[in-house]
Amino acid sequence: MAIIQTSNLTYSFSKGPKLIFPSLQAEENSELLILGSSGTGKTTLLHLFAGLRKPTSGEVEVNGVKLSSLNGASLDRFRGKNIGVVFQTSHFVQSLSVIDNILLAPYFSNNKVSKIDAEKMLDRLNILSKKNKKTSTLSVGEQQRVAIARALLNNPSLILADEPTSALDDENAKEVLNLLREQTHALKAALLIVTHDNRLKDEVKQRIELTTSNR
Amino acid sequence: MKIIFIAWKNCWQKAGATTLTLLLLSFGVGIISMMLLLENQLSEKFNKNIKDIDFVLGAKGSPLQLILANVYHIDAPTGNIKVSEAQRIIKNPTVKEAIPLAYGDNYEGWRIVGTTPRYAEFYEVKLREGKVFETPFEVTVGSYAAKELGLKLGQTFKSNHGLDKEGEQEEGHDQLFTVVGIYEASGTVIDRLILTPVESIWEVHNHGDHEASAHTAIVSAEEHDAEAAHADHTDHADEHVAEEKHDHAEDEHAHEEEREVTAYLLIKRLPMAPMILPQLVKNTNMQLALPAIEINRLNENFGIGMSVVKAVAILIMIISLLSVFISLYNALRERQYELAILRTLGGRRIQLFILILLEGFFMVALGLIIGLVLSRVGITLLSDMAKDSFHDEFNAMIFLPQEYYLVGITLGLGVVASLLPALRAFFMDISKTLSND
Repeated sequence: MAIIQTSNLTYSFSKGPKLIFPSLQAEENSELLILGSSGTGKTTLLHLFAGLRKPTSGEVEVNGVKLSSLNGASLDRFRGKNIGVVFQTSHFVQSLSVIDNILLAPYFSNNKVSKIDAEKMLDRLNILSKKNKKTSTLSVGEQQRVAIARALLNNPSLILADEPTSALDDENAKEVLNLLREQTHALKAALLIVTHDNRLKDEVKQRIELTTSNR
Repeated sequence: MKIIFIAWKNCWQKAGATTLTLLLLSFGVGIISMMLLLENQLSEKFNKNIKDIDFVLGAKGSPLQLILANVYHIDAPTGNIKVSEAQRIIKNPTVKEAIPLAYGDNYEGWRIVGTTPRYAEFYEVKLREGKVFETPFEVTVGSYAAKELGLKLGQTFKSNHGLDKEGEQEEGHDQLFTVVGIYEASGTVIDRLILTPVESIWEVHNHGDHEASAHTAIVSAEEHDAEAAHADHTDHADEHVAEEKHDHAEDEHAHEEEREVTAYLLIKRLPMAPMILPQLVKNTNMQLALPAIEINRLNENFGIGMSVVKAVAILIMIISLLSVFISLYNALRERQYELAILRTLGGRRIQLFILILLEGFFMVALGLIIGLVLSRVGITLLSDMAKDSFHDEFNAMIFLPQEYYLVGITLGLGVVASLLPALRAFFMDISKTLSND
């Protein structure tokens, strides 16, 4: 069974063009790169996948559940449990330490994840030594790792990454991509990366290109 | 990890702004609570001590001073009146009872009042030990005075002239007062007085010229120095006059006429007393003051001051609640991405709503607690001052019903101040927020 499956997705802004997206499907252990220059609706598409925005028409199905069948609070819960999202710039709760920030994920999705599991996750991403630091004291690369740790801590089956590498230098970009891939395989999840970062083009075989002709 | 924990941490993320808010709020709350405590205890003291005293008969002067000196024992007396002259009033059929009060001496700054046993009975003060004074130079001591002075049954002491401890030692009398009883604590003025028969005061000053003793009996702070300067002179005069007095000792009537007290506390028998008695004091050097009216006047004047202070405190509180609102609202703008992430992680709208409300609640609750503690500290300091100057104290460790209202209203307003920011968090469009990066 496909982890994510979309059909005939469209989205129209109240003032703006109507976006028509190609249908897609992703299985366990698969990677999909969604490329597109700005204005092609990459982020909008990612938000549709995550249920952060409702499509004008079409349907998103995650683990066999139609997102349109879920209402506010249950959609929030479902997203928290099944989908891990890594954003372009990592935002954290400024007042909390690294470990407390990643523990927010299981807390808000009602998942049982122990502090030890959280520490193991930080260890896998090589940032265990920073666990009690405030996130604002970390470097951009380290922050992105924390963001990945937070997205993965709930063992999601779908990992969505919005420009995970565009703020990073070559070395860090490569490392982050590798980390995402490793963890995707470890969790038997599906990884969808939305980006305009051409450095990733050659790394991922399966890709979809969004163009303005989709309008 | 709980929302409470996140809210608490968030409060201290902007430590400067939070501290300022707390400072404002705790000062506002502290001042209001302190005013409430003071008002409550002052009016309780005033009302308890007025009891059923309808009039105070005393020497001409400020009526308020007369009341303060003779009902509350916190001001200098206005002067003395002649017992013989007062008879016309206190024997009037409209008067049910007249309790004499005679000042003149103190012990270590605590007032010795010449009176009758009725004075303590009137306030329903019971004896803790010993007996009530009967003969001259026996004293029964109020509980607070006894405690502070460390007076025990059977102990003797010499008195000083005037009302202040700083009275001239050389002016002290040779007669020894003996403690024969100690009253129970009652919360009335009796607690801080040393009671003795009126005759004690008369006899203490009998050794000297009556005029002189009348003077010393009404000594006020300014007169002290002049008195001291003349000490030598009066000592000589004393001897001289004492001899003369001795010669005329038999003339009891004349003696009686010379006798003076500081005031009489009057309780009326008939409702027309307020119409009749003032007529009787006309053309004398006495006056009749009504405690209820004077204290009302004092409360009114005092009340204006208190109201102004309270209004300022309320203003400070409003500003502080505004500052709660502004800091939450501003933080919201800076933290909207943060909140959107919480939603992405599975947080529900209502949880964000509660998170923001809790942040406001913590600030207000903390401000309240600090404010209430501050007011207790303030009252304790004030009580120490009152102890020095009035031999009276305030209780800082009580919680008034009005303070529950203060807590309730402040918390309520705190919730209102956090409501709008919380609602904004509730209705936030996460996708839009995340796209705006």
